Amino acid sequence: MDHPNIPYRIFPLGDTAITIDFGNVIDESINDKVLALFDQLRNDPLPGTIEVVPAYSSVTIYYDLFGASKSFSNGKSVYDTISGQLAERMEQTLPVSEAIPRLVNIPVCYEKEFAPDIEYLARERNITVDELIHIHVSRQYRVYMLGFLPGFAYMGEVNKTITIPRKPQPVTVAAGSVGIAGKQTGIYPLQSPGGWQIIGRTPLKLFDADREEPSLLRAGDRVQFISISKNEFESY
Amino acid sequence: MNLRVIKSGVLDSLQDAGRYGWQHLGINPGGAMDKLSARIANTLVGNNADDAVIELHFPASAFFFEKPALIAVSGADFSATVNGDEIPRLQPVLVSKYSILQFQGVKKGARAYLAVYGGFDIKPWLNSCSTNLKAAAGGYKGRVFQKDDEIGLRSEIDFSSLLGKKEFATMSWKTDDDLANDMKEVLVLPGNEWDRLPDKSKKRFLHQSFTVTSQSDRMGYRLKGKPLSTLTDEEIISSAVSFGTVQLLPDGQLIVLMADHQTTGGYPRVAHVISAHHSRLAQIKAGEEVGFRLTDQKTAEELFIRQQQHLLQLQNACKFKLEELLKHEFKTTG
Repeated sequence: MDHPNIPYRIFPLGDTAITIDFGNVIDESINDKVLALFDQLRNDPLPGTIEVVPAYSSVTIYYDLFGASKSFSNGKSVYDTISGQLAERMEQTLPVSEAIPRLVNIPVCYEKEFAPDIEYLARERNITVDELIHIHVSRQYRVYMLGFLPGFAYMGEVNKTITIPRKPQPVTVAAGSVGIAGKQTGIYPLQSPGGWQIIGRTPLKLFDADREEPSLLRAGDRVQFISISKNEFESY
Repeated sequence: MNLRVIKSGVLDSLQDAGRYGWQHLGINPGGAMDKLSARIANTLVGNNADDAVIELHFPASAFFFEKPALIAVSGADFSATVNGDEIPRLQPVLVSKYSILQFQGVKKGARAYLAVYGGFDIKPWLNSCSTNLKAAAGGYKGRVFQKDDEIGLRSEIDFSSLLGKKEFATMSWKTDDDLANDMKEVLVLPGNEWDRLPDKSKKRFLHQSFTVTSQSDRMGYRLKGKPLSTLTDEEIISSAVSFGTVQLLPDGQLIVLMADHQTTGGYPRVAHVISAHHSRLAQIKAGEEVGFRLTDQKTAEELFIRQQQHLLQLQNACKFKLEELLKHEFKTTG
C-alpha cells in the first residue's frame, strides 16, 4: 500500500470536533492534500460527522457527540474512536483530484476612491500605483480556504514586492474590497471591520444569501483579477 | 394570526440548534447561545428540541398574541409577565388571545428563550432558521426583531376551551436547570496551543477569575484578567475553531468564542470550554466573572451525554403530558 508521506498530527478541538493537521505552513501541495481529504471525508464521512472544514493545512471534522456515543460501545471515548478511524483513513491513498481547478475572473477597480491603502502600499514598497496594480493582476491566485466571513477567500501568494503587514487596528471595510495581508490577498464579501490593506474593489457579489451556493468562491479555485475602470465598475 | 412585537428589545432574534454544513464557505453555524435552554423550552411545549425559538436579551421585546398559544420561557430569568402577572420559567403556560408577554427585569442570567407550541412560520435558509446577523440572512428577515414585526405561528390548535375566562393557565409539568447555581466556573479541555503557555500562565489561567467585559456579544466574550504570556510568538496559520474555544490575543487577554464566532482563526487556542458547560457560559453576563478548571476528554463527553440523556427523558415525559392534554381538552380546528 502506498503510504502517504506527509506527516500529520491528530488532536481534539474541544469535545465535538477533531483536527488533522499537516504542519503550520502555507503550501500548495499540502493544501492539495487537505482538499483531497476534505472531499473524501465528505463523500464517505466517518460515523457521527456533522460537517468537514478544510483550512490551509488542516481538516476539521465536527461530530455529533451524543449520536456517536450511542453507536460506539467499545468503552473508549468518542474522541479516541473517531481519532482511530481517522488514522485508519490516512493509511489509504487519497484520490488525487484529476479535475482542472475552476478559474474565476474577478474584475477589480483599483481607483483611489475604492482603494484607501493603495498609495500607502506603493510608497512603502517604493513602486508606482500602476506597477502595484500590474503586479497584483499578473498572476493567478489559489483559493486556499474560506473563513473569517461568509464567502471570504484566503488567496495567495502575492509577489513579494507587494507584501505588506496588516493594519494594527481594524477599520470598517466596504463589501467587495480587495486587500493584501502579508503574502495573502482576499476580498471582503460583506462590509466588516478588517485589517487588510485595501487596494481595490470588485463589483461582483462574493456572497449572496439567495444563491444556491451563496459563496462565489470555493477552496481550490484559481482567481484572476482583471483591472477595470471606474466607469466599468459603475456600469457592472 | 400572529405573534406581534409591540416593543423592540435590544437584541432579540430567532435561533435554532444552528446551521451546519456550510463552514467550509465561511458561513458559521450560529444558533442559540444557550442551546440547552433553547431545547428545554421547545421540549416543554412538545416541539422538536432543535426547532427555532426566540432568543431574548434584556431589555427584551414585548409580544402580543393574536391567538391563544402554549408557550414556555427558559434560560435567563427576566421576570416574564402575561398581562402584568408573573409567569413561571421552565413551565409551559397557556396564554389567551390578545395577551401581552413582557419581561420586567433581570433576576439572573444573560439570555432567555421563548418557545411556542407548533413553532414559528419561518422559511429556513440553508436548512436552518437561525438568524445570521452578519450575512443578514436566515431567521426573521435576517435581522433582530423590531417593533411591529409579525411572526406567524404554525399551531392550528384552538386552546381557548381550556382557558375559559382566564388570561393564562400554567400547565402541570415543569423542569429545572442549573441557572440558580451561582458557581461561574466552567470545565475546559486543553487546546492545541495549551503548551505554548509557560507554567506561570497556565496557573494563572486555572486559578484566577476573569471578568466578562462589556465587549462581549454573540460572537465572543472578551475576558479581562492578569495577562498571560506564551513561550513562542510563532504565527499560527488559520484553521478551524469552535464554540467554546478560548483564544489568547496578542495583548495577553482571552476571548471565548460563542455562537456567532468566525469559522477559522489564527490565535493560540489555549483551551475549549466543554459542551456540557456552554449553557452555563452563555448565561454569564458582562461584568460577571468566570473561572476555568481543566478536565479530560472522557469526563467532558460523559457530562454532555448525561445532559442529553436527561433532555431525552424530559422530552418523553413532556410529549406524554401534552398528548394527554390534547386528547382530553382540545379538538383541532385545522
